[in-house]
Amino acid sequence: MTTRTRTVPTAAGYRPRRTLPLRVEALRQLRRRRTFVAFVILLGLPWVLVAAFLIGGEPTEGGRRINLVDVATQSALNFGAFCVFVSAGFLLVVAVALFCGDTVASEANWASLRYLLAAPVPRSRLLWQKLVVALAFAAAAILVLPLMGLVAGTVAFGWGDLVVPGTGITIPAFEALGRLGIVILYTMISSLVVAALAFLLSVATDSPLGAVGGAVGLVIVSNILDAVTALGDWREAIPVHWQFAWVDAMQPEIAWEGMLKGGSVSVAYALVLFAWAFRRFRTKDIVS
Amino acid sequence: MKPWRALRGRPRAVAAAVAVGVLLGAGGAWGLNSASAPPPVDAQPQRIPVTDGPRDDEKVTIDATFFPSVTGSPAPAVLLAHGFGGSKDDLKAEAERLARDGYAVLTYSARGFGASTGKVALNSPDYEVKDVKALLDWLAKRPEVRQDAAGDPRVGIAGASYGGAIALLAAGHDQRVDAIAPQLTWHDLADSLFPENSGQGAEEGVFKKTWAGLFFTVGAAGMGDLMTAAGAGAGTGEDEDEGGGDSESSEETQTEEGGQAGGQSSGVAGGLGSGGPAAAGVGGAGGAAASFGDLDAIACGRFRPEICDTYRESATQGKATPETLRLLRESSPATVTAKIKAPTLLVQGQSDSLFGLDQADANARDIARNGTPVRMAWIEGGHDGGDREVERVRGLVSGWFDRYLRGEPFAEGTDATAGFTVTRQGGVDSTNGETVTSHAAAPAYPGAGDRTAAENVTLGMGGPAMPVISPPGGSPTSISAVPGLGGIGALGGLAGGLTLDMPGQTAMFETEALDRTVHVTGASTVRLRVTGPGEAIMFAKLYDVSPDGRQATLPHQLASPVRVPDATRGETITVTLPTIDHEFDRGHRLRLVLTATDLAYATPAKSAAHLVTMAEEGPGSAITVPTVPGLRSEVSTVPWWVWAGPLAGLVIAALLILTGRRKVRPGRPDRRLTEVPLRITGLTKSYAGGTKAVDDLSFEVQQGQVLGLLGPNGAGKTTALRMLMGLIHPDAGEVRIFGHKVTEGAPVLSRLGSFVEGPGFLPHLSGRANLELYWSATGRPVEDAHLEEALEIAGLGTAIDRAVRTYSQGMRQRLAIAQAMLGLPDLLVLDEPTNGLDPPQIHAMRRVLADYARAGRTVIVSSHLLAEVEQTCTHVVVMNRGGRIAAGPVHEIVGGGSTLLIGTADTERALKVLRALSGVEAAEPAEQGVLVRLDGAEPSLVVAELVGAGVPVDRVTPNRRLEDAFLALIGEER
Repeated sequence: MTTRTRTVPTAAGYRPRRTLPLRVEALRQLRRRRTFVAFVILLGLPWVLVAAFLIGGEPTEGGRRINLVDVATQSALNFGAFCVFVSAGFLLVVAVALFCGDTVASEANWASLRYLLAAPVPRSRLLWQKLVVALAFAAAAILVLPLMGLVAGTVAFGWGDLVVPGTGITIPAFEALGRLGIVILYTMISSLVVAALAFLLSVATDSPLGAVGGAVGLVIVSNILDAVTALGDWREAIPVHWQFAWVDAMQPEIAWEGMLKGGSVSVAYALVLFAWAFRRFRTKDIVS
Repeated sequence: MKPWRALRGRPRAVAAAVAVGVLLGAGGAWGLNSASAPPPVDAQPQRIPVTDGPRDDEKVTIDATFFPSVTGSPAPAVLLAHGFGGSKDDLKAEAERLARDGYAVLTYSARGFGASTGKVALNSPDYEVKDVKALLDWLAKRPEVRQDAAGDPRVGIAGASYGGAIALLAAGHDQRVDAIAPQLTWHDLADSLFPENSGQGAEEGVFKKTWAGLFFTVGAAGMGDLMTAAGAGAGTGEDEDEGGGDSESSEETQTEEGGQAGGQSSGVAGGLGSGGPAAAGVGGAGGAAASFGDLDAIACGRFRPEICDTYRESATQGKATPETLRLLRESSPATVTAKIKAPTLLVQGQSDSLFGLDQADANARDIARNGTPVRMAWIEGGHDGGDREVERVRGLVSGWFDRYLRGEPFAEGTDATAGFTVTRQGGVDSTNGETVTSHAAAPAYPGAGDRTAAENVTLGMGGPAMPVISPPGGSPTSISAVPGLGGIGALGGLAGGLTLDMPGQTAMFETEALDRTVHVTGASTVRLRVTGPGEAIMFAKLYDVSPDGRQATLPHQLASPVRVPDATRGETITVTLPTIDHEFDRGHRLRLVLTATDLAYATPAKSAAHLVTMAEEGPGSAITVPTVPGLRSEVSTVPWWVWAGPLAGLVIAALLILTGRRKVRPGRPDRRLTEVPLRITGLTKSYAGGTKAVDDLSFEVQQGQVLGLLGPNGAGKTTALRMLMGLIHPDAGEVRIFGHKVTEGAPVLSRLGSFVEGPGFLPHLSGRANLELYWSATGRPVEDAHLEEALEIAGLGTAIDRAVRTYSQGMRQRLAIAQAMLGLPDLLVLDEPTNGLDPPQIHAMRRVLADYARAGRTVIVSSHLLAEVEQTCTHVVVMNRGGRIAAGPVHEIVGGGSTLLIGTADTERALKVLRALSGVEAAEPAEQGVLVRLDGAEPSLVVAELVGAGVPVDRVTPNRRLEDAFLALIGEER
């Protein structure tokens, strides 16, 4: 042991770029109970909805607004889209906020953050790796719900073409799968703003609850603001305004405009918030 | 109020009312939305006497209102004509708008309607057209109206349905008209009421009995009597708003029609007085469709007698008499389109089974042939209901008049400049759940301009020969568009709607599934062969069939009637299908259906069976569908911010990253210090509020030392250690580990093992998993971890595989120390390592640390316990209030001399003796004795002197405890 050379700047085998591999971070997060519970809820929801439809009967046409509920039981694809429809407003928001808001704050809360930083995992590297894993978990959350919806829908209502609500037009199943892919992708993109805010809060606070709650709170406040029609065009800049723009992908002709706008708003906010998080963490005094 | 939107998803019954409302109010729909902030417009009621009739000897009085332009100066005039059954009152709001826009507007009630006298002559050139000429003469005398020449006012005419036809007819008969904007109107009234679609003309036309019935009933009925009916109907119509799309059956719908029609038409047309007639009309049509011929019940009312008579005759026969055709054709723009020079804006509805798109098409082609500018807009709604796009049409008409009456250029934008626009339905608006429409546009209307051409596509179509059997008595009937029910599908032409093809009456031919999307714009044609006894009447419909065949959609519920006068020897006919704009998706099929009956048409009571086949056998059998490739949906121009937003975000993000406090680079290592595990120089850190946690701290640690960092709580030990770990950024000074400056995440920290301010573990993982994952996080080779050695130090036994959340404080503490030792770091920093350990464990820990340092490594232990430091450390740095107050080997700090505690009962004398002694630095009274600090004197001598002086000495114990030194040092500061 004493033969160890003392002049090397680092310990043997240490490379900053190898610290905190994604696999390790994923393992650290994966075994957490909150991860487990979140996915159980997401995977269970479609079956709960199936049960609800089976008990409550076929949905009836609800007024003059076109609604995915009306056609939810027409096919597995409709049901999958319906699952996104009912959860995009809140459940998926919470899931995304959970994975992105909890990631750094909980480490600070456990005091494990300082040991990672002293290991040392370079700060930007730590943040980046955590962000990638958190986004991956969030994306998985958004992905599994409609996929389980497809499974549950196939079991309960059978495989078939997507029925466009209100028009009676159908989209062939294969093409509709692609549409559902677009829906999922758009939901992910539009969730970026929630993810970014949660991440920023996660860096700023040592309280995981504060970070997750703060991000969810933003969505709630945004929804309230969005309901103020007097704001007119300003509402287009509200993060949640385009939350359901993916419905445009469920139309006979995909209308991209709403999704482009929504994606634009979400990405713009997210870029700023993510950068802010990195800036803040870069030189932050870790006192947790 | 947005009446049309409110109607969208309403029950079918409502659509009936809408349809009737359209028919009646036609012109009225124009005036629905009145402007909100009006400067007052002067409305001057006028009673204008005119002379008309074939011999110009019949005098009537036209009830009109003149609205001079608000500008005051002579302005171009606009003549507004109302719909069938309406009056000038319907047009008031629209007239006021135009007057505010700088037009002089004249609204009038056509003869036979409103307060005008005379009888309805169906836009006859001898009557209504002459009336309009007289109105132009009247305008020519008004000083408020701009004149092109003496007796020639600058004037445009706009109107819908009945009012649209008079616009066309007036422009054809009177060249003083400078621009027209007819909407939802006919080209040939004979063809409209007696359509025949195999090229034989209205002579062989099939009687469109329901619409014709409505049309004539409205005209015949006395308006005043039916006002009450309208009022009664209003209640039911309005209350059904959310009531739902449950009215599936036509029967149910029809029974409600009367009341609803009245209610809706008044609601839609803004209290149009003529809502009532619709009620009667539809009731008659729907309820007694098969026996409409009960004409004696219909008084001729306001119709001129010759029209009334000839209509009766035709309706009874179910076929047009020559006299009927002559009268209807006289009233048709078709007779004068070749003479129309006034630029013409044609607006026609897609949901219109009364005056279909083909009527506007014929007008456009004829007028364009004169070299006259023609523009065409196919809007969504028509006489069958649907969205009539009031605001948009108003804009189009204004733009048209601005251009051709005032010479202003068209506004910017596709919709304002395109020669041909088609409203298409595009699903749902995701932000409010409503159906969205888009407008496809082409530079010119095909056939009315050389820039846009229609392209015919031939699609193979086939099917077995099938008999089409017309049932005796013409019942049961198939259903396509029922006046008032046609546009029902709550969502316009897309929904399945109410179509019914009676089995047995129906022949069917299909294309293969389309290998690409075909967007049909125009009238498709197909050649068929019909064989059977005598006359055959059939209704051709073109369905859109979904890939699985479950859904067949009839675009806008339109059907084309054909009559084969004698099919005995077999006749080959070319059937022109309804003019539509419909996208047949890839994978869908086109299905041609021929039925023997249709609810909206008169069919013979005699039963007959005819065999229908495609005219060509095998590969040649096909349907020809027109497409207009130049017709493109507006490229929804994505606003600039869609691209600018993320870009701006990127720029701000870059600014955020690039500005602000930068991470400090470690800089070049100090080569002289590569053998020095730790040197701290001038380290200073203040926290918010200005309290200095560490103040100009400097010390150095050499290899092999176990350094104690000693200080009371709050001395700044932990803050110093955090800076040592790169967790906190110092305000001044620096920390160098092996010569490398410590910054946030400096690589040299990899040679540091640390345990500061308590353990930090993932509670859901076991102790072992925590250590393994921690080591993985360093990215270093697993074999360098020396995990087993570390686990031995932790000494957790089997508990190592339990989740950390189940651990006691001491277990976590040991696990944390083990984690700090992973990889056997060259510099080990432990903050209060013995907290929470029991005495044997403390003892063992001391040995571990001593062994660790003996191998050439360096250990720093912070503690507030003096005994701890004295027993564990070789060197000590004493801190207080953030600064170093002493540093050196433990024994040096303790002091050069020794301190004795002398137990004695006679403290006073002992002190006296001791203070007199040389070699004694100080003597202080202590508990049960005296504390002596020696400075060269031997303890034995001291004892001897005391005893010699007669001081009783109970005991003498060396008092070399660091604690005293520590307290002494700190005491100096206090």
